[in-house]
Amino acid sequence: MTEPRENLLEADFELGFTYTRSPGVIIGKFLAALQQQQIYGIRANDGTVLFPPTEYDPRTAESLHDFVPLTDLGRLLYWTWIDQPRDHHQISQPFAFAMIQLDGADVPFLHRMFADSAEHLSVGMAVKVQWAEQRRGAITDIHGFVTAEGEQS
Amino acid sequence: MREVAIVAYAQSPQVRQEKVLNEVEILMPVIEEALAEAAMTMDDIDFVCSGSCDYIAGGAFSFVSAVDALGATPSKMESHVEMDAAWALYESWLKIQTGEISSALIYGFGKSSVGELPDVMSQQCDPYYLAPLWPDSISLAGIQASALLATGRYTERDFADVVVESRRKAKTNPNAQLSGDVSADHLIEAPYIASPLRRHDCCPITDGASVLIITDKSALPKAKTKPVYIRGIDHRMEAHQLGIRTLSESKSSTLALANAKDQAGIEQFDLAELYAPFSPQTLILKDALALNDKVDINPSGGPLAGHIMMSAGLDRFGMSFRALQSSTVKTALAHATSGPCLQHNMIAILEAG
Amino acid sequence: MDIDLDPIEQLDAPIYHRYHATSSRAITPFLHAMKRGELLGHLSTATGKVLFPPLGACPESGQATHMPVILSDSGTVLGFTTVHLPIPGSKLVPPFTVANILLDGADQACGHLISECEINAVAIGMRVTAVWRAKEIWNNSLENIEYFRPIAEPLVDIDELQKQCLIKANHRKKSAQGDQDA
Repeated sequence: MTEPRENLLEADFELGFTYTRSPGVIIGKFLAALQQQQIYGIRANDGTVLFPPTEYDPRTAESLHDFVPLTDLGRLLYWTWIDQPRDHHQISQPFAFAMIQLDGADVPFLHRMFADSAEHLSVGMAVKVQWAEQRRGAITDIHGFVTAEGEQS
Repeated sequence: MREVAIVAYAQSPQVRQEKVLNEVEILMPVIEEALAEAAMTMDDIDFVCSGSCDYIAGGAFSFVSAVDALGATPSKMESHVEMDAAWALYESWLKIQTGEISSALIYGFGKSSVGELPDVMSQQCDPYYLAPLWPDSISLAGIQASALLATGRYTERDFADVVVESRRKAKTNPNAQLSGDVSADHLIEAPYIASPLRRHDCCPITDGASVLIITDKSALPKAKTKPVYIRGIDHRMEAHQLGIRTLSESKSSTLALANAKDQAGIEQFDLAELYAPFSPQTLILKDALALNDKVDINPSGGPLAGHIMMSAGLDRFGMSFRALQSSTVKTALAHATSGPCLQHNMIAILEAG
Repeated sequence: MDIDLDPIEQLDAPIYHRYHATSSRAITPFLHAMKRGELLGHLSTATGKVLFPPLGACPESGQATHMPVILSDSGTVLGFTTVHLPIPGSKLVPPFTVANILLDGADQACGHLISECEINAVAIGMRVTAVWRAKEIWNNSLENIEYFRPIAEPLVDIDELQKQCLIKANHRKKSAQGDQDA
């Protein structure tokens, strides 16, 4: 049934979806602050601090408004080390996707973690934000995290 | 509740790359095979529902052209979900419950080899905080695996054991892409691709299609096969943000199972087909569903043996149906999942009639 | 507390995906024929209808199609629309007319451009023929036909045309099924 292979035509193609997003007021303010290298979480009605901020509490659906200033320091919880980054990762060196909990926040979030190798990572290690050189008001204004061991008590 | 039965199931071979056939060409013979198994024609089908995702092969509105494979003249009542076809099955089941229809043909298809599936999957993440980082599906599963290891409940060796079992059981599944005898000692020597996951911990890129037919009990075809009844079915979703969830657990699966058990009045299963595209997820689900050693898990080999994106959940129903057809066992649990790191889970309890 | 900054209102978030496509069993011979300057349709043996362009499935019967039929490059306009808005990314300059054209010998209309006539002169039932690009630049696509132009023939009653098509299709269906029985 199958046609001879050489008869088939093949072509590479790329599809582009040139979306523009409207982040809304809560995420929009958070991103505006991020562009200024300021980091905010948001306080839920039970007092816990969620990071990154959402306009609602994903656990209760209550709307949230109370921003809480945070620092650029946190803790590494767990991670996956990527030896061979994919083109879409836009990172040329091996790195980790990691769950990181910022000091003062009650939940972790996903971002990039940079280190020379996976052996340099450990559960609970202190990490700090590495800012992107060019910031435009996006989550990628945080380029990733690097170790802060030895820099804080 | 109306009693709804699975009466036929067909699946194309789960190949790494189907170079020649397009989706419609893959689908046509599979539909024909399922109809033949049920001794039905399209005239006997009240409703058609499919699951697929255009981003996977980059064909805009490919789900519309797939209708060409149905011979839908005169026009059929038709619907589509941009989800695994297990949710197309759920929509069809609901439609039978409403009394609007008595039979449905459900299909799912995907040609993942055409695109870059792990990257495509990252775009189901929230567009502000996650998608801009392009966390691909393998990396997200790696994070979840690492969360599971951190609990101390399992080791990387346990992940490998899941793979060994999958490949061994898949030896009896002629459509499996990966099968055979492998040793866990050998597997854990392989390098990581997204630690702690190795290539074998991940489902293989697969091209293919599957078709399943359900009917109300009153409309059972005079088929040669025994029907398999859906006695209970429920699906539950968790928060999207990974930090809000406990990634080493699957609370939504536990809840869906409790609801499905309530409907079914069945507590113990002979077998379970779990849609766990990454080996540690089999262990998370096994715990969440409290499956003991008496339950035969993934007798088909499961998604690690072949994974038709957008149909692998429907295939869990189909493979359970096949297993109940060909043996003396009576009950099965079919599971389907959607979203990153088991965000959304469906549980069905099936019983041979 | 609040953040005393104006929120980011718009965020550019383009997404690009790469693919590697192959031409599929049914469409491959059609694409090769285009390069030779031939219009290759498929006869559906289930309905007797000739489908162009062929996609490999007969939408009426759900059966696979593969039997090739070479079609004329003239046909009849079954319907048309004139586009006055520019289409992003398109080379076409509005206003231009797109028509559903039933090629002689086919049972399924194919969309293409109409030119070499006043926009107001395009009519249902108009007879048209293909204007091909220079042979040297032919590729594996329908773009080898630049557009269709009117030919000096009387307007066709398309209801009657479709009735005749159906009669012929039924003959082809019977003979195709007779061949299968034999």
